[in-house]
Amino acid sequence: MIKAILIISLGFLTFAIFATIYRLVKGPSASDRVQALDVLGINIISGVAIFSVFLRNTGFFEVILLIGILSFVGTIAFARFIERGVVIERRK
Amino acid sequence: MSDVNNPIEVVELLAVISILVGTIFSFLSAVGLIRLPDVYSRAHAASKSSTMGVLFILVGTFLFFIMEGTFSIRLFLGIFFVFLTAPISAHVIMRSAYRSKVPLAPQSVQDDLKGIIEIEGEREQ
Repeated sequence: MIKAILIISLGFLTFAIFATIYRLVKGPSASDRVQALDVLGINIISGVAIFSVFLRNTGFFEVILLIGILSFVGTIAFARFIERGVVIERRK
Repeated sequence: MSDVNNPIEVVELLAVISILVGTIFSFLSAVGLIRLPDVYSRAHAASKSSTMGVLFILVGTFLFFIMEGTFSIRLFLGIFFVFLTAPISAHVIMRSAYRSKVPLAPQSVQDDLKGIIEIEGEREQ
């Protein structure tokens, strides 16, 4: 029962990731693609959580925290690059 | 299928159903990401319901492993961090999109931010 529900939810998550990849490939502006990458990171976090329930293994929680932090930092860096042209400004 | 009378089994089933609800939310947000017309409405769909979905999934995982007998502070920190940062990153992306003049959808009727940005630009000059 639990395994069946988990497999169904992995199927939904796969559809979500494919839709996000469609937007990542097609998206007309750069902001679309950055947004799609952010959502892709969040979906990967969900996938790791579902797999850790599926395997009944608690060793993947560091991966969840790490992907969350890296996705956030990458998104902020991309947004600053789109807005100002530089990621880290130099003070004069 | 195991016996439903055992309370641990019931709570594990609830946790797994919460995971299913979360993935359905993620799926709906991805449908919004495909179908909506411009960047801003797509970000609206993607950031809100995707954050909601990942919260349902992580809380379900947390509940499942509490029933297994392990309380993981790392997973709790992950839930807190994702809940805190997903709206912020959506805000920053949309701010940069507006500043780099990504156009709105043609059927949108009102743009309140335009006048404010023009006033701000005049003040800086």
